[in-house]
Amino acid sequence: MRRVLWILAAAVAVALPFLVPKSFYLQIIASAYITAIAVYGLNVILGYTGLLNLGHAAFFGIGAYAVALLQTKAGWPFWPALLAGCVASVVLGALVGMVSLRTRGNYFAIFTAAVGVMIAIVFTNWQDLTGGNIGIVNIPPPPPIGSLTFDGDVPKYYLVLAALALTILICVLVRNSLIGRTFVAIADNEDLARATGVNVARVRLTAFMLSTFLAGLAGGMFAMYNGNLGPDQTGLDITFEQLLYLVIGGIGTIAGPLVGTLVLVEISQQLQGVEQYRFLIFGPMLVLLVRFFPLGIVGGFNRLTARWVRP
Amino acid sequence: MLLRVRNITKRFGGLVAVDDVSFDVPAGHIKAIIGPNGAGKSTLFNLISGFYPSTSGSLRFEDADITHMPMHTIARRGIARTFQTTSLFKHQTVLDNAMMGYRMHAESTLFDALLRTPRARREEAETREAAFEALNFAGIEPLAARIAGSIPQEAQKRLAIAIAVAAKPKLILLDEPVAGVTSEETLEHAALIRHMAREGYTICLVEHKMSLVMGLADSIVVLHHGKKIAEGTPGEVSADPAVIEAYLGAATHA
Repeated sequence: MRRVLWILAAAVAVALPFLVPKSFYLQIIASAYITAIAVYGLNVILGYTGLLNLGHAAFFGIGAYAVALLQTKAGWPFWPALLAGCVASVVLGALVGMVSLRTRGNYFAIFTAAVGVMIAIVFTNWQDLTGGNIGIVNIPPPPPIGSLTFDGDVPKYYLVLAALALTILICVLVRNSLIGRTFVAIADNEDLARATGVNVARVRLTAFMLSTFLAGLAGGMFAMYNGNLGPDQTGLDITFEQLLYLVIGGIGTIAGPLVGTLVLVEISQQLQGVEQYRFLIFGPMLVLLVRFFPLGIVGGFNRLTARWVRP
Repeated sequence: MLLRVRNITKRFGGLVAVDDVSFDVPAGHIKAIIGPNGAGKSTLFNLISGFYPSTSGSLRFEDADITHMPMHTIARRGIARTFQTTSLFKHQTVLDNAMMGYRMHAESTLFDALLRTPRARREEAETREAAFEALNFAGIEPLAARIAGSIPQEAQKRLAIAIAVAAKPKLILLDEPVAGVTSEETLEHAALIRHMAREGYTICLVEHKMSLVMGLADSIVVLHHGKKIAEGTPGEVSADPAVIEAYLGAATHA
Protein backbone atom coordinates (compact mmCIF):
# COMPACT_ATOMS: atom_id res chain seq x y z
CA MET A 1 0.00 0.00 0.00
CA ARG A 2 2.65 2.51 1.10
CA ARG A 3 4.99 1.21 -1.57
CA VAL A 4 2.31 1.78 -4.21
CA LEU A 5 1.89 5.37 -3.04
CA TRP A 6 5.63 5.98 -3.24
CA ILE A 7 5.86 4.54 -6.78
CA LEU A 8 2.86 6.63 -7.80
CA ALA A 9 4.42 9.78 -6.32
CA ALA A 10 7.73 9.05 -8.04
CA ALA A 11 5.96 8.54 -11.38
CA VAL A 12 4.10 11.85 -11.04
CA ALA A 13 7.32 13.64 -10.05
CA VAL A 14 9.19 12.28 -13.07
CA ALA A 15 6.33 13.06 -15.47
CA LEU A 16 5.61 16.50 -14.01
CA PRO A 17 7.53 18.60 -16.58
CA PHE A 18 5.31 17.06 -19.28
CA LEU A 19 2.12 17.44 -17.24
CA VAL A 20 2.42 21.12 -16.35
CA PRO A 21 2.84 23.42 -19.30
CA LYS A 22 3.68 26.50 -17.26
CA SER A 23 7.33 26.47 -16.27
CA PHE A 24 6.41 28.81 -13.43
CA TYR A 25 4.62 25.97 -11.69
CA LEU A 26 7.57 23.64 -12.23
CA GLN A 27 9.80 26.22 -10.51
CA ILE A 28 7.54 26.29 -7.49
CA ILE A 29 7.59 22.51 -7.18
CA ALA A 30 11.37 22.38 -7.62
CA SER A 31 11.77 25.03 -4.91
CA ALA A 32 9.49 22.99 -2.67
CA TYR A 33 11.70 19.92 -3.26
CA ILE A 34 14.74 21.94 -2.18
CA THR A 35 12.98 23.07 0.97
CA ALA A 36 11.85 19.47 1.57
CA ILE A 37 15.49 18.31 1.52
CA ALA A 38 16.24 20.78 4.32
CA VAL A 39 13.11 19.66 6.17
CA TYR A 40 14.35 16.06 5.95
CA GLY A 41 17.51 17.26 7.65
CA LEU A 42 15.43 18.85 10.40
CA ASN A 43 13.52 15.57 10.72
CA VAL A 44 16.73 13.63 11.38
CA ILE A 45 17.68 15.80 14.35
CA LEU A 46 14.20 16.63 15.69
CA GLY A 47 12.08 13.72 14.50
CA TYR A 48 14.55 10.94 15.22
CA THR A 49 16.79 12.30 17.97
CA GLY A 50 14.31 14.70 19.57
CA LEU A 51 16.55 17.78 19.48
CA LEU A 52 15.24 21.07 18.09
CA ASN A 53 18.00 22.74 16.07
CA LEU A 54 16.78 26.30 15.54
CA GLY A 55 19.94 27.15 13.59
CA HIS A 56 19.02 24.75 10.81
CA ALA A 57 18.58 27.44 8.13
CA ALA A 58 22.09 28.73 8.88
CA PHE A 59 23.53 25.38 7.84
CA PHE A 60 21.40 25.62 4.71
CA GLY A 61 23.09 29.00 4.25
CA ILE A 62 26.58 27.54 4.71
CA GLY A 63 25.93 25.03 1.92
CA ALA A 64 24.36 27.67 -0.31
CA TYR A 65 27.06 30.31 0.19
CA ALA A 66 29.87 27.77 -0.17
CA VAL A 67 28.48 26.58 -3.50
CA ALA A 68 27.80 30.11 -4.72
CA LEU A 69 31.16 31.57 -3.63
CA LEU A 70 33.29 28.68 -4.83
CA GLN A 71 31.72 29.04 -8.25
CA THR A 72 31.62 32.82 -8.61
CA LYS A 73 34.80 33.79 -6.74
CA ALA A 74 37.05 30.74 -6.98
CA GLY A 75 35.86 29.55 -10.39
CA TRP A 76 35.12 26.00 -9.23
CA PRO A 77 32.67 23.97 -11.29
CA PHE A 78 29.36 23.11 -9.64
CA TRP A 79 29.97 19.48 -8.73
CA PRO A 80 33.06 19.84 -6.55
CA ALA A 81 31.55 23.05 -5.15
CA LEU A 82 28.43 21.12 -4.10
CA LEU A 83 30.56 18.49 -2.42
CA ALA A 84 32.58 21.19 -0.65
CA GLY A 85 29.35 22.93 0.42
CA CYS A 86 28.06 19.73 2.02
CA VAL A 87 31.41 19.11 3.70
CA ALA A 88 31.55 22.70 5.01
CA SER A 89 28.08 22.35 6.49
CA VAL A 90 28.96 19.01 8.15
CA VAL A 91 32.28 20.31 9.55
CA LEU A 92 30.57 23.35 11.02
CA GLY A 93 27.81 21.03 12.24
CA ALA A 94 30.40 18.91 14.03
CA LEU A 95 31.93 21.97 15.72
CA VAL A 96 28.58 23.45 16.75
CA GLY A 97 27.34 20.00 17.76
CA MET A 98 30.27 19.31 20.04
CA VAL A 99 29.40 22.39 22.07
CA SER A 100 25.61 22.56 21.76
CA LEU A 101 24.94 18.87 22.39
CA ARG A 102 26.19 19.33 25.94
CA THR A 103 22.91 21.12 26.54
CA ARG A 104 19.43 19.63 26.59
CA GLY A 105 15.88 20.50 25.63
CA ASN A 106 15.12 24.22 25.59
CA TYR A 107 18.75 25.12 26.16
CA PHE A 108 19.76 23.26 23.03
CA ALA A 109 17.10 25.10 21.04
CA ILE A 110 18.21 28.47 22.41
CA PHE A 111 21.90 27.75 21.85
CA THR A 112 21.39 26.66 18.25
CA ALA A 113 19.09 29.63 17.62
CA ALA A 114 21.90 31.91 18.78
CA VAL A 115 24.42 30.16 16.52
CA GLY A 116 21.96 30.46 13.62
CA VAL A 117 21.48 34.18 14.20
CA MET A 118 25.24 34.73 14.40
CA ILE A 119 25.85 32.92 11.12
CA ALA A 120 23.07 34.91 9.44
CA ILE A 121 24.65 38.13 10.71
CA VAL A 122 27.96 37.12 9.16
CA PHE A 123 26.22 36.49 5.81
CA THR A 124 24.62 39.93 5.97
CA ASN A 125 27.64 41.92 7.15
CA TRP A 126 30.68 40.35 5.54
CA GLN A 127 29.90 42.40 2.46
CA ASP A 128 33.22 41.88 0.64
CA LEU A 129 32.65 38.17 0.58
CA THR A 130 28.89 37.65 0.61
CA GLY A 131 27.65 40.79 -1.06
CA GLY A 132 25.68 41.76 2.05
CA ASN A 133 21.96 42.15 1.62
CA ILE A 134 22.22 42.05 -2.16
CA GLY A 135 23.82 38.64 -1.95
CA ILE A 136 25.38 36.77 -4.82
CA VAL A 137 24.03 36.85 -8.35
CA ASN A 138 24.85 35.10 -11.62
CA ILE A 139 25.73 31.73 -10.13
CA PRO A 140 26.44 29.62 -13.23
CA PRO A 141 24.45 26.46 -13.98
CA PRO A 142 26.17 23.08 -13.47
CA PRO A 143 28.52 22.13 -16.34
CA PRO A 144 27.13 19.44 -18.64
CA ILE A 145 27.91 15.77 -18.01
CA GLY A 146 28.47 14.34 -21.51
CA SER A 147 25.47 15.36 -23.55
CA LEU A 148 23.45 16.09 -20.42
CA THR A 149 23.12 19.84 -19.92
CA PHE A 150 21.68 21.56 -16.86
CA ASP A 151 20.83 24.92 -18.36
CA GLY A 152 17.07 25.42 -18.17
CA ASP A 153 14.14 24.68 -15.91
CA VAL A 154 13.47 21.07 -16.85
CA PRO A 155 16.98 19.64 -16.43
CA LYS A 156 17.41 21.64 -13.22
CA TYR A 157 14.10 20.23 -12.02
CA TYR A 158 15.39 16.71 -12.55
CA LEU A 159 18.64 17.50 -10.78
CA VAL A 160 16.72 18.75 -7.75
CA LEU A 161 14.44 15.72 -7.93
CA ALA A 162 17.49 13.45 -7.94
CA ALA A 163 18.84 15.21 -4.83
CA LEU A 164 15.46 14.79 -3.14
CA ALA A 165 15.35 11.09 -4.08
CA LEU A 166 18.86 10.65 -2.65
CA THR A 167 17.76 12.41 0.53
CA ILE A 168 14.72 10.18 0.97
CA LEU A 169 16.85 7.09 0.27
CA ILE A 170 19.35 8.19 2.93
CA CYS A 171 16.55 8.72 5.44
CA VAL A 172 14.97 5.32 4.71
CA LEU A 173 18.30 3.51 4.99
CA VAL A 174 19.21 5.30 8.20
CA ARG A 175 15.81 4.95 9.85
CA ASN A 176 15.76 1.18 9.31
CA SER A 177 19.35 0.64 10.38
CA LEU A 178 20.72 -0.04 13.85
CA ILE A 179 22.09 3.49 14.04
CA GLY A 180 18.66 4.91 13.14
CA ARG A 181 17.03 2.79 15.82
CA THR A 182 19.61 4.16 18.22
CA PHE A 183 18.73 7.78 17.27
CA VAL A 184 15.10 7.08 18.09
CA ALA A 185 15.92 5.10 21.22
CA ILE A 186 17.89 8.02 22.68
CA ALA A 187 14.96 10.37 22.10
CA ASP A 188 12.66 7.83 23.73
CA ASN A 189 14.68 6.99 26.84
CA GLU A 190 18.16 8.40 27.23
CA ASP A 191 18.98 6.63 30.51
CA LEU A 192 18.05 3.22 29.19
CA ALA A 193 20.05 3.92 26.02
CA ARG A 194 23.10 4.55 28.21
CA ALA A 195 22.37 1.39 30.16
CA THR A 196 22.37 -0.56 26.90
CA GLY A 197 25.86 0.70 26.08
CA VAL A 198 25.01 3.62 23.79
CA ASN A 199 27.53 6.47 23.78
CA VAL A 200 24.76 9.06 23.70
CA ALA A 201 27.02 12.05 23.01
CA ARG A 202 28.62 10.39 20.00
CA VAL A 203 25.37 9.13 18.48
CA ARG A 204 23.75 12.55 18.92
CA LEU A 205 26.69 14.16 17.17
CA THR A 206 26.33 11.68 14.29
CA ALA A 207 22.66 12.61 13.94
CA PHE A 208 23.48 16.30 14.09
CA MET A 209 26.11 15.96 11.35
CA LEU A 210 23.75 13.97 9.12
CA SER A 211 21.12 16.66 9.67
CA THR A 212 23.52 19.47 8.74
CA PHE A 213 24.68 17.50 5.70
CA LEU A 214 21.13 17.49 4.36
CA ALA A 215 20.76 21.19 5.17
CA GLY A 216 24.00 21.88 3.23
CA LEU A 217 22.82 19.78 0.30
CA ALA A 218 19.56 21.71 0.19
CA GLY A 219 21.47 25.00 0.33
CA GLY A 220 23.74 23.97 -2.53
CA MET A 221 20.72 23.00 -4.59
CA PHE A 222 19.10 26.33 -3.80
CA ALA A 223 22.13 28.31 -5.03
CA MET A 224 22.30 26.18 -8.17
CA TYR A 225 18.59 26.35 -8.94
CA ASN A 226 18.00 30.04 -8.37
CA GLY A 227 21.31 31.36 -9.66
CA ASN A 228 21.27 33.95 -6.90
CA LEU A 229 21.34 33.96 -3.14
CA GLY A 230 20.76 36.35 -0.25
CA PRO A 231 21.01 36.23 3.55
CA ASP A 232 17.21 36.19 3.92
CA GLN A 233 17.31 32.45 3.18
CA THR A 234 19.34 31.68 6.29
CA GLY A 235 17.42 33.35 9.13
CA LEU A 236 15.48 32.06 12.09
CA ASP A 237 12.18 32.63 10.29
CA ILE A 238 13.21 30.16 7.59
CA THR A 239 13.95 27.54 10.26
CA PHE A 240 10.52 28.15 11.77
CA GLU A 241 8.90 27.79 8.38
CA GLN A 242 10.69 24.47 7.85
CA LEU A 243 9.65 23.41 11.33
CA LEU A 244 6.06 24.20 10.45
CA TYR A 245 6.28 22.04 7.31
CA LEU A 246 7.72 19.19 9.38
CA VAL A 247 5.10 19.37 12.13
CA ILE A 248 2.24 19.51 9.65
CA GLY A 249 3.69 16.75 7.48
CA GLY A 250 4.47 14.48 10.40
CA ILE A 251 7.52 14.54 12.68
CA GLY A 252 9.61 11.40 12.59
CA THR A 253 7.92 9.93 9.52
CA ILE A 254 9.57 9.21 6.17
CA ALA A 255 7.03 10.96 3.93
CA GLY A 256 6.17 13.77 6.36
CA PRO A 257 8.78 16.35 5.31
CA LEU A 258 7.84 16.04 1.63
CA VAL A 259 4.08 15.98 2.19
CA GLY A 260 4.16 18.88 4.67
CA THR A 261 6.29 21.03 2.38
CA LEU A 262 4.24 20.34 -0.75
CA VAL A 263 0.91 20.89 0.99
CA LEU A 264 1.93 24.20 2.56
CA VAL A 265 3.70 25.48 -0.55
CA GLU A 266 0.55 24.70 -2.51
CA ILE A 267 -1.61 26.50 0.05
CA SER A 268 0.78 29.47 -0.09
CA GLN A 269 0.28 29.50 -3.85
CA GLN A 270 -3.48 29.61 -3.47
CA LEU A 271 -3.04 32.61 -1.20
CA GLN A 272 -1.21 34.68 -3.79
CA GLY A 273 -1.66 38.35 -3.24
CA VAL A 274 -2.27 37.84 0.46
CA GLU A 275 0.90 35.81 0.81
CA GLN A 276 2.40 38.00 3.50
CA TYR A 277 -0.60 37.08 5.64
CA ARG A 278 -0.17 33.34 5.10
CA PHE A 279 0.85 32.79 8.70
CA LEU A 280 -2.60 34.03 9.71
CA ILE A 281 -3.82 30.84 8.12
CA PHE A 282 -0.87 28.59 8.97
CA GLY A 283 -1.02 29.60 12.63
CA PRO A 284 -4.56 28.42 13.41
CA MET A 285 -3.95 25.42 11.13
CA LEU A 286 -0.97 24.43 13.23
CA VAL A 287 -2.94 24.83 16.45
CA LEU A 288 -5.80 22.67 15.15
CA LEU A 289 -3.42 20.07 13.79
CA VAL A 290 -1.38 19.76 16.97
CA ARG A 291 -4.64 19.51 18.94
CA PHE A 292 -6.39 16.92 16.79
CA PHE A 293 -3.65 15.40 14.61
CA PRO A 294 -0.48 15.60 16.70
CA LEU A 295 1.29 13.15 14.43
CA GLY A 296 0.81 15.37 11.38
CA ILE A 297 -0.69 14.39 8.05
CA VAL A 298 1.55 11.39 7.44
CA GLY A 299 1.61 10.25 11.06
CA GLY A 300 -2.19 10.38 11.17
CA PHE A 301 -2.42 8.56 7.86
CA ASN A 302 -0.05 5.84 9.09
CA ARG A 303 -2.13 5.36 12.20
CA LEU A 304 -5.35 5.10 10.20
CA THR A 305 -3.96 2.64 7.66
CA ALA A 306 -2.31 0.56 10.39
CA ARG A 307 -5.85 -0.30 11.47
CA TRP A 308 -6.87 -1.54 8.02
CA VAL A 309 -3.77 -3.38 6.91
CA ARG A 310 -1.42 -5.09 9.29
CA PRO A 311 2.04 -5.26 7.75
CA MET B 1 35.53 -12.81 41.56
CA LEU B 2 33.23 -11.17 39.04
CA LEU B 3 32.40 -7.98 40.93
CA ARG B 4 34.24 -6.50 43.90
CA VAL B 5 32.63 -3.57 45.67
CA ARG B 6 35.05 -1.90 48.10
CA ASN B 7 34.20 0.84 50.62
CA ILE B 8 31.83 2.45 48.14
CA THR B 9 30.29 5.69 49.41
CA LYS B 10 27.84 8.15 47.91
CA ARG B 11 27.01 11.51 49.44
CA PHE B 12 24.21 13.77 48.22
CA GLY B 13 25.07 17.02 49.97
CA GLY B 14 24.84 16.21 53.68
CA LEU B 15 23.07 12.89 53.17
CA VAL B 16 25.19 9.75 53.03
CA ALA B 17 23.04 7.47 50.87
CA VAL B 18 25.57 4.65 50.65
CA ASP B 19 28.14 4.49 53.43
CA ASP B 20 31.35 2.46 53.09
CA VAL B 21 29.76 -0.67 51.62
CA SER B 22 31.89 -3.64 50.53
CA PHE B 23 30.87 -7.03 49.14
CA ASP B 24 31.73 -9.50 46.39
CA VAL B 25 29.61 -11.11 43.71
CA PRO B 26 31.09 -14.42 42.55
CA ALA B 27 30.30 -15.60 39.02
CA GLY B 28 27.14 -17.70 38.77
CA HIS B 29 25.62 -16.38 41.99
CA ILE B 30 22.33 -14.73 42.74
CA LYS B 31 23.11 -11.93 45.15
CA ALA B 32 20.29 -10.01 46.77
CA ILE B 33 20.53 -6.54 48.28
CA ILE B 34 17.76 -5.95 50.80
CA GLY B 35 16.90 -3.31 53.33
CA PRO B 36 14.07 -1.02 54.42
CA ASN B 37 12.95 1.91 52.30
CA GLY B 38 15.65 4.50 51.89
CA ALA B 39 18.41 2.08 52.84
CA GLY B 40 20.37 3.03 49.72
CA LYS B 41 19.77 -0.11 47.67
CA SER B 42 18.91 1.58 44.39
CA THR B 43 21.66 4.15 44.90
CA LEU B 44 24.11 1.29 45.26
CA PHE B 45 22.93 -0.10 41.91
CA ASN B 46 23.25 3.31 40.34
CA LEU B 47 26.85 3.43 41.52
CA ILE B 48 27.73 -0.03 40.21
CA SER B 49 26.19 0.69 36.80
CA GLY B 50 27.86 4.10 36.59
CA PHE B 51 24.57 6.01 36.58
CA TYR B 52 25.95 8.12 39.45
CA PRO B 53 29.64 8.72 40.14
CA SER B 54 30.65 7.45 43.59
CA THR B 55 32.05 9.82 46.20
CA SER B 56 34.73 7.36 47.29
CA GLY B 57 35.54 3.66 47.21
CA SER B 58 36.20 1.39 44.27
CA LEU B 59 34.48 -1.04 41.93
CA ARG B 60 36.31 -3.85 40.17
CA PHE B 61 34.67 -5.93 37.48
CA GLU B 62 36.58 -8.92 36.14
CA ASP B 63 39.73 -7.49 37.73
CA ALA B 64 39.42 -4.15 35.92
CA ASP B 65 38.77 -0.89 37.74
CA ILE B 66 35.40 0.43 36.58
CA THR B 67 34.94 3.02 39.34
CA HIS B 68 35.17 6.06 37.11
CA MET B 69 33.85 4.66 33.85
CA PRO B 70 30.77 6.20 32.21
CA MET B 71 27.59 4.13 32.18
CA HIS B 72 27.76 3.10 28.54
CA THR B 73 31.31 1.79 28.91
CA ILE B 74 30.36 -0.25 31.96
CA ALA B 75 27.40 -1.65 29.99
CA ARG B 76 29.74 -2.63 27.16
CA ARG B 77 31.99 -4.42 29.62
CA GLY B 78 29.10 -6.72 30.47
CA ILE B 79 26.93 -5.21 33.21
CA ALA B 80 23.28 -4.95 32.19
CA ARG B 81 20.63 -3.44 34.40
CA THR B 82 16.94 -2.82 34.76
CA PHE B 83 15.45 0.23 36.44
CA GLN B 84 13.11 0.32 39.40
CA THR B 85 10.32 2.05 37.54
CA THR B 86 10.15 -0.16 34.47
CA SER B 87 12.23 1.62 31.88
CA LEU B 88 11.59 0.86 28.22
CA PHE B 89 11.75 2.53 24.82
CA LYS B 90 8.01 3.06 25.14
CA HIS B 91 7.27 4.29 21.63
CA GLN B 92 9.20 1.53 19.84
CA THR B 93 8.14 -2.01 19.16
CA VAL B 94 8.93 -4.79 21.62
CA LEU B 95 11.35 -6.22 19.06
CA ASP B 96 13.14 -2.88 18.62
CA ASN B 97 13.51 -2.69 22.41
CA ALA B 98 15.18 -6.06 22.59
CA MET B 99 17.35 -5.20 19.58
CA MET B 100 18.65 -2.17 21.46
CA GLY B 101 19.79 -4.56 24.17
CA TYR B 102 22.11 -6.39 21.79
CA ARG B 103 22.99 -3.21 19.87
CA MET B 104 26.34 -2.69 21.65
CA HIS B 105 27.78 -5.78 19.99
CA ALA B 106 27.23 -4.28 16.52
CA GLU B 107 29.97 -2.04 15.19
CA SER B 108 28.55 -0.86 11.88
CA THR B 109 28.61 2.89 11.41
CA LEU B 110 26.36 5.37 9.64
CA PHE B 111 28.28 4.71 6.42
CA ASP B 112 27.69 0.97 6.72
CA ALA B 113 23.99 1.75 7.04
CA LEU B 114 23.97 4.10 4.03
CA LEU B 115 25.92 1.71 1.79
CA ARG B 116 24.16 -1.41 3.10
CA THR B 117 27.54 -3.07 3.55
CA PRO B 118 27.75 -6.80 4.29
CA ARG B 119 28.75 -5.90 7.83
CA ALA B 120 25.61 -3.81 8.34
CA ARG B 121 23.39 -6.59 6.97
CA ARG B 122 25.11 -9.28 8.99
CA GLU B 123 24.96 -7.28 12.21
CA GLU B 124 21.32 -6.37 11.69
CA ALA B 125 20.39 -10.01 11.19
CA GLU B 126 22.48 -10.99 14.19
CA THR B 127 20.85 -8.31 16.36
CA ARG B 128 17.38 -9.37 15.27
CA GLU B 129 18.17 -12.98 16.07
CA ALA B 130 19.59 -12.14 19.50
CA ALA B 131 16.52 -9.99 20.18
CA PHE B 132 14.10 -12.80 19.31
CA GLU B 133 16.12 -15.16 21.46
CA ALA B 134 15.87 -12.79 24.41
CA LEU B 135 12.13 -12.25 23.88
CA ASN B 136 11.67 -15.99 23.73
CA PHE B 137 13.70 -16.35 26.92
CA ALA B 138 11.46 -13.84 28.69
CA GLY B 139 8.33 -15.49 27.27
CA ILE B 140 7.08 -12.47 25.33
CA GLU B 141 8.02 -13.36 21.76
CA PRO B 142 4.36 -13.26 20.60
CA LEU B 143 4.30 -9.55 21.51
CA ALA B 144 7.31 -8.70 19.29
CA ALA B 145 5.40 -6.43 16.89
CA ARG B 146 3.50 -4.51 19.60
CA ILE B 147 4.48 -1.05 20.80
CA ALA B 148 6.26 -1.49 24.13
CA GLY B 149 4.19 1.13 25.97
CA SER B 150 0.95 -0.65 25.04
CA ILE B 151 1.66 -4.13 26.44
CA PRO B 152 0.53 -5.15 29.97
CA GLN B 153 2.59 -4.05 32.97
CA GLU B 154 3.80 -7.56 33.74
CA ALA B 155 4.94 -8.06 30.14
CA GLN B 156 6.74 -4.72 30.30
CA LYS B 157 8.73 -5.99 33.26
CA ARG B 158 9.61 -9.11 31.28
CA LEU B 159 10.66 -6.89 28.37
CA ALA B 160 12.99 -4.92 30.65
CA ILE B 161 14.61 -8.24 31.54
CA ALA B 162 14.68 -9.27 27.86
CA ILE B 163 16.58 -6.06 26.99
CA ALA B 164 19.14 -6.89 29.68
CA VAL B 165 19.42 -10.53 28.56
CA ALA B 166 19.77 -9.54 24.89
CA ALA B 167 22.98 -7.71 25.82
CA LYS B 168 24.49 -11.12 26.72
CA PRO B 169 25.96 -9.59 29.87
CA LYS B 170 28.17 -11.21 32.48
CA LEU B 171 26.27 -9.57 35.32
CA ILE B 172 22.65 -8.47 35.45
CA LEU B 173 21.46 -5.92 37.99
CA LEU B 174 17.72 -6.19 38.62
CA ASP B 175 16.25 -3.24 40.51
CA GLU B 176 13.07 -4.45 42.23
CA PRO B 177 11.99 -6.75 39.40
CA VAL B 178 8.61 -7.56 40.96
CA ALA B 179 7.64 -4.14 42.32
CA GLY B 180 3.95 -3.65 41.70
CA VAL B 181 3.06 -7.10 40.35
CA THR B 182 0.56 -9.53 41.88
CA SER B 183 1.74 -12.38 44.08
CA GLU B 184 0.92 -14.93 41.39
CA GLU B 185 3.02 -13.03 38.85
CA THR B 186 5.75 -12.70 41.46
CA LEU B 187 6.11 -16.49 41.42
CA GLU B 188 6.42 -16.46 37.64
CA HIS B 189 9.06 -13.77 37.81
CA ALA B 190 10.97 -15.72 40.43
CA ALA B 191 10.91 -18.67 38.03
CA LEU B 192 12.24 -16.42 35.26
CA ILE B 193 15.08 -15.18 37.47
CA ARG B 194 15.94 -18.75 38.44
CA HIS B 195 15.91 -19.65 34.76
CA MET B 196 18.39 -16.82 34.15
CA ALA B 197 20.66 -18.17 36.89
CA ARG B 198 20.48 -21.69 35.41
CA GLU B 199 21.51 -20.26 32.05
CA GLY B 200 24.69 -19.07 33.72
CA TYR B 201 23.88 -15.40 34.31
CA THR B 202 25.23 -13.84 37.45
CA ILE B 203 22.48 -11.79 39.04
CA CYS B 204 22.42 -9.06 41.60
CA LEU B 205 18.97 -7.93 42.64
CA VAL B 206 17.49 -5.31 44.86
CA GLU B 207 14.23 -6.48 46.33
CA HIS B 208 11.63 -5.52 48.83
CA LYS B 209 9.65 -8.75 48.92
CA MET B 210 11.45 -10.91 51.47
CA SER B 211 9.66 -14.08 50.36
CA LEU B 212 11.09 -13.78 46.84
CA VAL B 213 14.60 -13.10 48.05
CA MET B 214 14.70 -15.88 50.66
CA GLY B 215 13.81 -18.56 48.14
CA LEU B 216 16.02 -17.20 45.38
CA ALA B 217 19.29 -15.72 46.57
CA ASP B 218 22.55 -17.58 47.22
CA SER B 219 23.57 -14.81 49.52
CA ILE B 220 22.15 -11.57 50.81
CA VAL B 221 23.57 -8.16 51.69
CA VAL B 222 21.45 -6.17 54.13
CA LEU B 223 21.63 -2.39 54.02
CA HIS B 224 20.28 -0.03 56.65
CA HIS B 225 20.71 3.75 56.50
CA GLY B 226 23.27 3.24 53.75
CA LYS B 227 25.45 0.88 55.79
CA LYS B 228 25.93 -2.84 55.36
CA ILE B 229 24.67 -4.41 58.58
CA ALA B 230 24.80 -8.08 57.57
CA GLU B 231 25.80 -10.44 54.81
CA GLY B 232 25.31 -14.18 54.44
CA THR B 233 23.01 -16.94 53.27
CA PRO B 234 19.27 -16.35 53.58
CA GLY B 235 19.28 -18.54 56.69
CA GLU B 236 22.10 -16.66 58.37
CA VAL B 237 20.73 -13.26 57.51
CA SER B 238 17.19 -13.96 58.70
CA ALA B 239 18.60 -15.17 62.04
CA ASP B 240 20.82 -12.13 62.48
CA PRO B 241 19.56 -9.98 65.38
CA ALA B 242 20.67 -6.72 63.75
CA VAL B 243 18.66 -7.57 60.64
CA ILE B 244 15.60 -8.56 62.62
CA GLU B 245 15.87 -5.30 64.52
CA ALA B 246 16.36 -3.12 61.42
CA TYR B 247 14.31 -4.81 58.79
CA LEU B 248 12.12 -7.72 59.82
CA GLY B 249 11.35 -6.08 63.14
CA ALA B 250 10.34 -2.89 61.45
CA ALA B 251 8.18 -4.85 59.03
CA THR B 252 6.32 -6.58 61.89
CA HIS B 253 5.49 -3.27 63.49
CA ALA B 254 4.40 -1.71 60.23
